[in-house]
Formats: sequence, structure tokens, C-alpha cells
Amino acid sequence: MRFVDEYRDPTGARSLVREITALAKDDHFKFMEVCGGHTHTIYRHGIEHVLPANVELVHGPGCPVCVIPMGRVDDAIAVASTPGVIFTSFGDMMRVPGSSGNLLEAKARGADVRFVYSPLDALRIAVESPHREVVFFAVGFETTAPSTALTLLRARAEGVNNFRAFCNHVTIVPPIRAILESPDLRLDGFIGPGHVSTVVGNRPYRFVAERYGKPLVTAGFEPLDILQAIAMLLRQIRSGRCEIENQYARVVRDEGNPRALQAIADVFELRPHFEWRGLGFISQSALKLRADFAAFDAELHYDIPGVRVADPKACQCGEVLKGVIKPWECKVFGTACTPETPIGTCMVSSEGACAAYYNFGRLHRDAAVALGRRAT
Amino acid sequence: MCVGMPGQLVEIFVDEHAAIVDVAGVRRRVNVGLLLDDEGIAVGDWVLIHVGFAMAKIDEAEARDSLVAIEELASVYGDELAELMESD
Repeated sequence: MRFVDEYRDPTGARSLVREITALAKDDHFKFMEVCGGHTHTIYRHGIEHVLPANVELVHGPGCPVCVIPMGRVDDAIAVASTPGVIFTSFGDMMRVPGSSGNLLEAKARGADVRFVYSPLDALRIAVESPHREVVFFAVGFETTAPSTALTLLRARAEGVNNFRAFCNHVTIVPPIRAILESPDLRLDGFIGPGHVSTVVGNRPYRFVAERYGKPLVTAGFEPLDILQAIAMLLRQIRSGRCEIENQYARVVRDEGNPRALQAIADVFELRPHFEWRGLGFISQSALKLRADFAAFDAELHYDIPGVRVADPKACQCGEVLKGVIKPWECKVFGTACTPETPIGTCMVSSEGACAAYYNFGRLHRDAAVALGRRAT
Repeated sequence: MCVGMPGQLVEIFVDEHAAIVDVAGVRRRVNVGLLLDDEGIAVGDWVLIHVGFAMAKIDEAEARDSLVAIEELASVYGDELAELMESD
């Protein structure tokens, strides 16, 4: 596929690994990839095992499925179980466990839960089912928020009164700041989220360099993109620079997408605070519908329990999301917690660090051990 | 959810903010409302698609530049390798 295959070229990868090795010398570097899509690429293509042992990647909180706390899943199930409601969701959210089961189990108990690819599909179901109430489970960072916003604008323009959104959109900058403020973690730089940045641009990350003195390179999602971003981070550090750079210039513009930002501003406003799995409550880190979209707001329309539910004791998703531990260091990884029967969110989404590692990383790691190479 | 797919615009319906895109041989209708700015879009352009919306136009010149940079790196190391072999 164009714009995919050429960024998987092994010759280019070897050159970049050589450059990374030369730049890193004998010093230890720890870079965080913020985005779950990057985590997926890193494990899928075995990037950790081609890097020199002293260049370590730490997985960050940028998987929107993984950061949804259990209480919000319970709220979603409560809405989905309301008689007359058709509850629509991206497939990723279907198996995220709440305190008493997930959405798929709610469907098995009789709730009308449907998987959709796009919020526009949910709106179409509402148009086609005028006597039912259709709720869309809106999750995601600024990457998906504009699509929910445009869908709601269209619903209002077309007078689709039986369509509502259960809004759980989150924003990327507050968790990065929370990570930087966290005393547990020492990082040398960030691989910035590629697709969030198509919307927000690169400017919102300036504080990372200016206030916290860490470089950040926004990167694409193919192996060469990630390797090139790591090389760019090391080049900055070796030449004494600390900047926000853009490896993914083929897609990301510095100013982002002004139309998408406008759509977000038209439909949403910041919540005073929102609970993140593993990171706790972060102020102004999530979006809710503005007052003039109240008629489309599932939170105002349905009885939402809104109960805060603590994660299961055995689950260490919080530490995985903050990059404090690696997936396989979790007590229940691969035993009690697997993609088939996940305990924590990181094992559910294909972008979750645990699921990505479970599906791909183990094999690479086993192969590396067999070859006598680095095993972490 | 956050992984986008590159697709090529086949047909554009400006009034409906919609387009038909070809993604690896499969044609699908997507919303292009987020790309109808001054720069605009045209049939043949490549776009990044995300949950049914075209989020960004793919800049072919930038795409080429980053690959050229990597190829140049490969040639630098290739030269070094050749010199190393010759020195033996």
C-alpha cells in the first residue's frame, strides 16, 4: 500500500539503527511514545529488539480505550441497558471490563449494542430507526473528537432528535503534563502522537521543551517513522538542542487542522476534571458537550450512575500507562489477564501496551532470547 | 481506533462534504468536511482516513523528502562499509 510499504523498508531501518547506535554511544536513553498506535507498531515490528540495549522505549498513556476508568464503562452499560436504546460503539470498547461485565455481555443479556466504524454510521442508524433512541459511545483524543463534533453538527442540522452522544473524549496535553510532573519517571524525550497532531498541530507541545526541557518529535506509524524519530531525538540531544520537531510532515502541519479544531470548539467544552485510569483525576483533561447541544447529551438524558470504581487490586494498568512498569512485569500479565479475558484495559485494545505485547512482543522476545540477544 | 489509513480520492461531492476513496483497492465513502479549506482537495490526492473522516491531506513532497533522507543515510553508511571492506 502506498505511504505504508516504503516506510517498512529493511535497508532504511538498518541505516537508522546504525545511526541511533552511533548517536547513543554508551549512554542510556529513555524515550516515551505517547500514542498507543506507536506502541502497536513497536511491538508488531519488533522495534525494541533492533534498538541498542541502552535506548529504551517507555509506553505512554495515549490509548483512549485504556485510559477510560471502570466507572465510565459501568455508565455506558447503564445507558445501553435502558429500554428502547440502541447503543453504538467502536469495536475496541466492546470488551473493556466494567465492574460487572462489558458491553458484549450486556448485549448477551439483551441490550441492543451495535458495533460501528464511524459516528456517521451511528447517526445513520438513528435516521433509519426513528422510534428508537440511538446513543454513540464517543471516546478518543483529538483525533476522533472532530468526527463526533461533525456528526453532532449534522444531527442538529438535520433535526435527528433521537441521536445522542455519551461523551468521553479526552485531550492529549494534560496527561503529557501529568507524566512530566510524575516523580516516578525520568525521561529523555518524547515520540509525539502522529494522528492527534494532524488535528492539534505541533504548537501545543512547546511547553514540553520550553518548560520541562525535553525534546519531542511527532512521528508517523510505520517502523521507519519511529526509528527516524528516535534518531532525530538523539541528534537534538547530541547537538545540545531541545525542540519540538516533526518527523511526520507528510501528514502533520504545525498549525494542525483549523477546521477540525473549530468543530471541536463549536460542539465541546472542557470538563473541570476527568478521571483517567492509572493517572487519577486530571483537571481540564476531557471534553463534554456545550450547553447548546444539551438535547444531544446522553449524560443529561439518561440516569448515569457516575460511581467511581477502583481498579481490581491485581491490575497494574495504571503503572503500565505511566510507563513505570513494562507489560510483562504486571503480576497478572498473560495468566489471569489475556486479550480473551482481560482484567485491565491495556489488554483490550490492539493499541494497548499489554495486548500489543501479548500478541507480538512475546514472540520477538522469545526469538531474541533464543538468539542470545537482549530480552527486554 | 487511532490508526489511520491512506486512501486516494476518486470522486468528490463538495456539497455533501463527501468523497469516494480507494483504500488498497476497496472503495468507500468518507466525509471530507475537515479538508474543504482554502487549499482544497482534488481527485487523485491522497488523504489519511480515520473513523470515516478524511483527517489530513498527505503531502507527497514531504513523504518523498523523509524517504530521501533515510536513503541518503543508507548511502553514507554504505560508503563507510565499502571503505571498511577496502581497508582490510
